[in-house]
Amino acid sequence: MAKIETKNLNLWYGSFHALKNINARIEPNRITAIIGPSGCGKSTLLRVFNRMNDLIEGVRMDGEALIDGKNILGPEADLVALRKKVGMVFQRPNPFPLSIYENIVFGQKVHAGRIRKSALDEIVEDSLKDVLLWDELKDRLRESALRLSLEQKQRLCIARLIAVKPDVLLMDEPCSTLDPQATARVEELMRELKSKYTIIIVTHNMQQAARVSDDTGFMLLSEMIEFGETEDIFTKPRDKRTEDYITGRYG
Amino acid sequence: MRKFKEFIIEKLILLCGLAAIFFVVLIFLFLLKEGLAVFKTVSPFKFLFGESWYPISEPAQLGILPLILGSLLVTVGAAIISVPIGVGCAVYIAEIAPLKIKEVLKAGIELLAAIPSVVLGFIGMVTLVPLVKNVFHLPTGLTALSGSIMLAFMAMPTIVSIAEDALYSVPKTYKEGALALGATHWQTIWRVMLPAASSGILAAVMLGIGRVIGETMAVMMITGNAAVLPKSLLVPVRTLTATIAAEMGEAVVGSEHFFALFAIGIVLFVISFAINVTADLFLHKRQ
Repeated sequence: MAKIETKNLNLWYGSFHALKNINARIEPNRITAIIGPSGCGKSTLLRVFNRMNDLIEGVRMDGEALIDGKNILGPEADLVALRKKVGMVFQRPNPFPLSIYENIVFGQKVHAGRIRKSALDEIVEDSLKDVLLWDELKDRLRESALRLSLEQKQRLCIARLIAVKPDVLLMDEPCSTLDPQATARVEELMRELKSKYTIIIVTHNMQQAARVSDDTGFMLLSEMIEFGETEDIFTKPRDKRTEDYITGRYG
Repeated sequence: MRKFKEFIIEKLILLCGLAAIFFVVLIFLFLLKEGLAVFKTVSPFKFLFGESWYPISEPAQLGILPLILGSLLVTVGAAIISVPIGVGCAVYIAEIAPLKIKEVLKAGIELLAAIPSVVLGFIGMVTLVPLVKNVFHLPTGLTALSGSIMLAFMAMPTIVSIAEDALYSVPKTYKEGALALGATHWQTIWRVMLPAASSGILAAVMLGIGRVIGETMAVMMITGNAAVLPKSLLVPVRTLTATIAAEMGEAVVGSEHFFALFAIGIVLFVISFAINVTADLFLHKRQ
């Protein structure tokens, strides 16, 4: 069964039709990249899956978006539970202006109320180990997270997500503020995380999509032009527009 | 010619800038010159911690402790009332209120700031004072509590507008990050927005308090003006400011009393200065 599936998904910002009839099947434990020129709707699509578009006034949606077979678009959807299950990493790393430790346990405190300190310590250690930050930061847990480097901040944001044990990680251009070395390391991390999570990454960087993803969707002007295995999309695209984009004729 | 014009304009603006500092320094020097003279007759310790203020008895007793405590009591009372309400109001305006209500509220707060203090004092005198008298069964409603409530209204606009500004300038990405982790709206406000805005909110509180401690007219009208050591919030008190305002007209120029009033001015100046500097520190920490 697909982890995430959209059926004739449409979305409007006021009168602007930002997503047109999107149909996609996203399989578990794979990395799915969504590529396309800016303004094509790829971030909007990503933000459907954790309903972050709800923060914008005048948003309307129809069609279906299913996660584990359950429609998340209805008014009865539990946003808190949804966002716990579907975590998001943002374009600009956005650690809270709290200590490193407090950043990681934030989700626990929000969801579980009071927890023993030893349990929290364990979560901090596990999460930081998962994003390969533990050795660097284990003696600096009480320092402000705002003092970290950009790459460390982004890793911390991933650790903060992992700490609430989500199923799905949404990544909205997670490397766009990082240098090439840091980008390579974060991509490496994504490959490692793949076994435990379903990852969707939005990127305008085609090389990144080709390097890191198993499946790719190409979007243009609010439509999903082509969706399939990354290898196929990049070597034998079926649609002329996909071919033009990946060969760099526009974008 | 053009260069000359630039030169003149630049120097003129420089002069305006210097004038501000120059006047502050001049005021402070004048205060010192007039105020320090009182220490020829009383020691600074006796002045600050003396328990009785009888400036025209023979010999004059010039202890301002009752006045300092009066100011402190009224100010602390006003802070206890206005800080939670003010910060709550700021959170509501910045985070919760729909656009329309937000605009109405902001206009209302500005209007509150625009009411002259003597008018507020007058309204307090005819409404609040009898209310306090009846509720607590007191011989008089002219008490520190009445003053605190009234001053809370005056501190509120400062606290609300600066705290709201601080909350508004918290980066949107913090809010998104918290919501995306599944935090509720309130958890986001409590755990992320307020801590992120804390230095700005503290500055707002300090400036609100600064406004309260310097306020004169309203407190003079409704605190009862009894220069005795206050034992509770429900007795008449007299503040530093009210003392100067009430007695300066009668004090003989060049007398001990006259100098003592200026010395009170120095004390007030120092307190306000300390509060403003603290607020400034918080505001700069924010950037």
